[in-house]
Amino acid sequence: MRFLPTVEQADFVHALDRMLAAAGTPEAARAWAAGEHAPGRRLWARLADAGLFALAVPEAYDGYGPRPVELALAFVELGRHAVPGPVAETVAAAELLDALPDPGPAKEWLPRVAAGRAVLGLAAPEGGHALDADAADAVLVVSGDRLLLARDHGPVLASLDPVRRLAVPQEGTAAVLATGPAVAAAAARAADRAALVTAAQALGVGLALLARTVDHVRRRHQFGVPVGSFQAVKHRLADTLIALEFARPLLHGAAVTGTGADVAAAKVACGEAAYRAARTALQLHGALGYTAEYDLSLWLTKARALRSAWGTPARCRARVLAQTPG
Amino acid sequence: MDLDFTAEERSFRRQARDWLAAHVPAVPLPSLETAEGFAAHRAWERRLAVGRWSVVSWPAAYGGRDATLLQWLVFEEEYHAAGAPGRVGQNGISLLGPTLLEHGTQEQRDRVLPPMARGEVIWAQAWSEPEAGSDLASLRSTATRTEGGWLLRGQKTWSSRAAFADRAFGLFRSHPGAPRPHQGLTYLMFGLDAPGVTVRPLARLDGKPAFAELFLDDVFVPDADVVGSPGDGWRVAMSTAADERGLTLRSPGRFTAAARRLAALWHSCGEDADPSAADRVADALIGARAYQLAAYAGAARAAEGGAPEAGASSLTKVFWSELDIALHETALDLLGPPGEAAGGPWAEGWVFALAGPVYAGTNEIQRDIVAERLLGLPRGRRR
Ligand SMILES: Cc1cc2nc3c(=O)[nH]c(=O)nc-3n(C[C@H](O)[C@H](O)[C@H](O)COP(=O)(O)OP(=O)(O)OC[C@H]3O[C@@H](n4cnc5c(N)ncnc54)[C@H](O)[C@@H]3O)c2cc1C
Repeated sequence: MRFLPTVEQADFVHALDRMLAAAGTPEAARAWAAGEHAPGRRLWARLADAGLFALAVPEAYDGYGPRPVELALAFVELGRHAVPGPVAETVAAAELLDALPDPGPAKEWLPRVAAGRAVLGLAAPEGGHALDADAADAVLVVSGDRLLLARDHGPVLASLDPVRRLAVPQEGTAAVLATGPAVAAAAARAADRAALVTAAQALGVGLALLARTVDHVRRRHQFGVPVGSFQAVKHRLADTLIALEFARPLLHGAAVTGTGADVAAAKVACGEAAYRAARTALQLHGALGYTAEYDLSLWLTKARALRSAWGTPARCRARVLAQTPG
Repeated sequence: MDLDFTAEERSFRRQARDWLAAHVPAVPLPSLETAEGFAAHRAWERRLAVGRWSVVSWPAAYGGRDATLLQWLVFEEEYHAAGAPGRVGQNGISLLGPTLLEHGTQEQRDRVLPPMARGEVIWAQAWSEPEAGSDLASLRSTATRTEGGWLLRGQKTWSSRAAFADRAFGLFRSHPGAPRPHQGLTYLMFGLDAPGVTVRPLARLDGKPAFAELFLDDVFVPDADVVGSPGDGWRVAMSTAADERGLTLRSPGRFTAAARRLAALWHSCGEDADPSAADRVADALIGARAYQLAAYAGAARAAEGGAPEAGASSLTKVFWSELDIALHETALDLLGPPGEAAGGPWAEGWVFALAGPVYAGTNEIQRDIVAERLLGLPRGRRR
């Protein structure tokens, strides 16, 4: 057993990190929040060049996937760098299309996803809202035992994370891609994949929040000393690190086993740890943390949104419990 | 990245499982915190040793199996899943033993380790003093040079199981002029029945005489029982402390087994289950799995020769001690009023778990270490 990233995996993650650090992701995220998608699409193209989307697409469709472990590792970096857009949804949509018995839709869409030329939305089963439908080339909607492909959507609503934009796909003008019981099974697989990479993204968000906060409390002085030397501050940050560091192995484990219970456990732990990291980051930044124009805000609100997306803590906990033999 | 055990690891697991299935007492032993239970547990240590399962990670020369960290984790999973007894020899086996393997002389290893592995000599840890808890380096008990050895004076306290144990290991101030408090300390081993030692049992929260305070009045210790060099005790002790806080004190197997029992308890409550407990049962399962997987990653790193990060054992200690309390609290909530009855595994486990954030360095101290060593935050004023 070797439950550690391989050298190749670690190298891939480093390369992604370097690329994203140089790419100005916060500016792309802010533009995205304003409805201007060009910088974000350019970022997606660079992610595609780095091989990100190909990890979600089988070899038969020009990808080298599906590779859940590499996807999970990569999505931590997307979270750390606050990459905008329906990245998790696109990856999950690829899983859905690939799982259909009829290969037609996969043949049409997956090579484009692998190349970074298609942004796909996926309506969450509980909500109805699809993330960033205005930026997507199409949105997949599961409706009963039918899979629809919607190209239009209703009005765009703001999310509590300004970078995430919500809309209801219009089923009226949608094309039917598939029907029958296989749709539900494919949708369930896609939801698991979405939960896994969303958990990874949340972990990355939490790590970014912690790193920025540690940096801040080392530099910010009050009462003549760095606020990071106060024990109340240190202990909150220690707890943040502990929660994140024990969420990480759950994420890796879920990527390796893919079981429903492991995915749900990872989603709970990463989502909760990131959200707690956000609360701590805001508090320890003082009013600066409450300031939208300060970049920290990009991660603060995303932590909250990702906590609910693709499996609320309550639903995931219920799943862990239901799948543990008693 | 994989979670596939090798054929060798699987066969190791099977061997452990088979042996435990054949040997674990059908009726749980009485609490090891009582005289009767202590004797029964000592006999169990001996049986383990006969099967060569008492110290699996030690070299074969001392009764071990040269097991890797991963094999040890596997053994512990099987041990706890089988409901095997608590380890009365733990202080010696997981603290003094590794310390002697690292810092002891060959003569000390040959003399001390085999009887420790067989449960013939049970060890107590004599570190804390009435005025030296978290600030261990402020300890005052002394070791004074004498012909052929040292004379110990002073008082130690909260020494687990010392009421029934045979020998103890501790830190003593041997060079009183040393410029800083953690300098000039010596790590020594001594008999609890030696002339000049008075052992006074201290009842713990549930009334059992679990730990003891030790009064030392010119207790003679020969040079052969100094571990490491005189005056260098702090460094020797700190290598022990990392073991104590980290994995070896609380293996993940303990929590995966307990979490599974908790889930079974939850399912058995059916309609009557306290609905507010469901999330906490799930969190216990999640926490135990997280700890297990983190340990696997640590074992993989160790197999490649990587040393754990300084402070990593502190992170681990806070995690398992809080998990342990949450797990047992949830079980008691699920049981309702019947859970109050003492002696059941959950009630006993709860009392034990409550001490987790206090012993082995309090969680406040561990959080300081995490913040300073792992996050690089500035040291604050300690006092
Ligand atoms: C069940 C049990 C078994 C034990 N077994 C042994 C044993 O076998 N051998 C042995 O030597 N000892 C043993 N101990 C003792 C244990 O190691 C000490 O209790 C521990 O080190 C804390 O010391 P203290 O109890 O003196 O608390 P104190 O150090 O007095 O601390 C009291 C409180 O103040 C807090 N505090 C202290 N300093 C700081 C600081 N700088 N920052 C923030 N908070 C601080 C502590 O966290 C704690 O909450 C055992 C204890 C228990 C409960």
